Amino acid sequence: MNVDRLVTMANDIGAFFDAEPDKVEAAKSIASHLRRFWDPRMRRQIIAHNVEGGTGLKDIVRSAIALLPAVADTRDQIPNK
Amino acid sequence: MATPMACAGSASGAALIGGELGIAFRGIQYTHVASGRQRVCDTAKERFKLDSTRPADFRHAHAFAGIDRTPALLRARAVIRADAPSHDPRNSPEATADITGVDADLVRRAARLYAKAGNGAIYYGLGVTEHSQGSTMVIGIANLAMATGNLGREGVGVIPLRGQNNVQGACDMGSFPHELSGYRHVSDASTRASFETAWGVKLDAEPGLRLPNMFEAALDGTFMGVYIQGEDPAQSDPNTQHIAAALTAMCCVVVQDLFLNETAHYAHVFLPGSSFLEKNGTFTNAERRVSPVRKVMEPRAGLEDWEVTMRLSNALGYPMHYRHPSEIMDEIARLTPTFAAFSYEKLDRLGSIQWPCTDNAPEGTPTMHVGKFVRGKGKFLLTEYVPTTERSTRRYPLLLTTGRMLAHYNVGAQTRRTANVTWAAADRLEIHPDDAEMRGIKEGDWVGVASRSGEIVLPADVTDRVRPGVVYTTFHFPETGANVVTTENSDWATNCPEYKVTAVEVIKVNDPSAWQKRHRELIEQQLQFLRGQAVQK
Repeated sequence: MNVDRLVTMANDIGAFFDAEPDKVEAAKSIASHLRRFWDPRMRRQIIAHNVEGGTGLKDIVRSAIALLPAVADTRDQIPNK
Repeated sequence: MATPMACAGSASGAALIGGELGIAFRGIQYTHVASGRQRVCDTAKERFKLDSTRPADFRHAHAFAGIDRTPALLRARAVIRADAPSHDPRNSPEATADITGVDADLVRRAARLYAKAGNGAIYYGLGVTEHSQGSTMVIGIANLAMATGNLGREGVGVIPLRGQNNVQGACDMGSFPHELSGYRHVSDASTRASFETAWGVKLDAEPGLRLPNMFEAALDGTFMGVYIQGEDPAQSDPNTQHIAAALTAMCCVVVQDLFLNETAHYAHVFLPGSSFLEKNGTFTNAERRVSPVRKVMEPRAGLEDWEVTMRLSNALGYPMHYRHPSEIMDEIARLTPTFAAFSYEKLDRLGSIQWPCTDNAPEGTPTMHVGKFVRGKGKFLLTEYVPTTERSTRRYPLLLTTGRMLAHYNVGAQTRRTANVTWAAADRLEIHPDDAEMRGIKEGDWVGVASRSGEIVLPADVTDRVRPGVVYTTFHFPETGANVVTTENSDWATNCPEYKVTAVEVIKVNDPSAWQKRHRELIEQQLQFLRGQAVQK
């Protein structure tokens, strides 16, 4: 998926939870939101983007993504492609 | 800036602070006092743990803490954190007026009207949700209702006015890509296990894609097919050209609808739909009221919607054996705790039922949150203001908002085929006289509306119904293509498109837009296909 779009979506989520003064809690909340509502392929892509430097991601979002467990690469494999 | 005021409730002996809301409740005789705030805070702390340091929320929490006229009902209902500051100038009506354009005094009067209503209910529509911060606004509304004690009894509450007749029912039944019926997350192993046992299949514990993400994934080749029932994203979803590209990229698009809608132009398979007069089932409205829908005529296409779906499933190798929608409802009751005591027999006998309908509430639950919330204590959430990134610019100086008119229903698939077109036969662009004059636009002129997504052309309606700087149109007519200009911006939590804010420029023109010309060609091509005529290149 378009990584720029994912970065925008992740930052939008981060902007809501960033109102929490406790930034550790804020990062946990962002990570929880991503874990509960993002399809695995989206999580896998944003994790990879974060590992590669996370261009465009807010700091609090980068911290949150770092909390996400790795996502197995199984569901979006296309047979015979 | 107004000084927060304190109020001591004499009827119940409890105190409340209404802050700038001036909270009062039916049944409480109260007097405003200039002091006593800390005493009230301490009292509140005994009952609540504030989960918010947002000053506005803390004020609301104080107000809620004072609701003591029915202590058994409302005491100890919310979570309050003790370290919350009591006031922040950023949240004063004067400060927010600079952003909202709403006069501070008007905000105070509205707040007092709501707080002093005795029973206050908030009904909101898509003007709240179709923003990048729509969810935040809904959370703020919930905070306010909780803070003022307007939840958990008859005549109060927060009620979304849905955009369609069965949005609530679809949500209840797990149409979200992350939930099973009854709002249970797919990661819940016990819930999944109950469905796996009933259906004989393994279910994924991961959330799926939302509609906008499906289209994104289609464009990168990881989302290959879709089955669309009674929905027309090619007309209703934002950035039409993006949607068309995504639908074109898919290997298999199946559309089931009453009419050959815009999305059907991209379908590999079209299946007939049935109207509400031609099928059995239920619709659920925003007060959780499930109402029966009973067939009054045989489906003109031969099958009810559920029968079409069942035949498709059987053809694909997963057999379904339902003989009537009542059997599907029986399955819902077996698998969904909040519908455990539900049945068609009961529904027909009672006329309608508000869920939860359980052994403890066999005839349904007219009022939710009585005594306590589903999660236990209410939770105040922070609602920081985050402006949309879609801003007017020198290139796009106006803000477009889209909506509906009374004569037509959403994409107009049904209403455009009726005499309703007598009242409205086209989408029109409402533009303020000042903005029109500046651009040399007169009533009825054809105008081009351009955004960073695309351009459309439609007739102008010069009117002071819209404010200077704002233009408005509907999306009922496909030839207009209103969503050609709307953008991919969406709500942070739900991805509901931000239909209410698109930066545009409007100019007087003579010709249809390039998209509209291509759309006409597409429609003509499709009609030729339907007539069995060869298409001339």
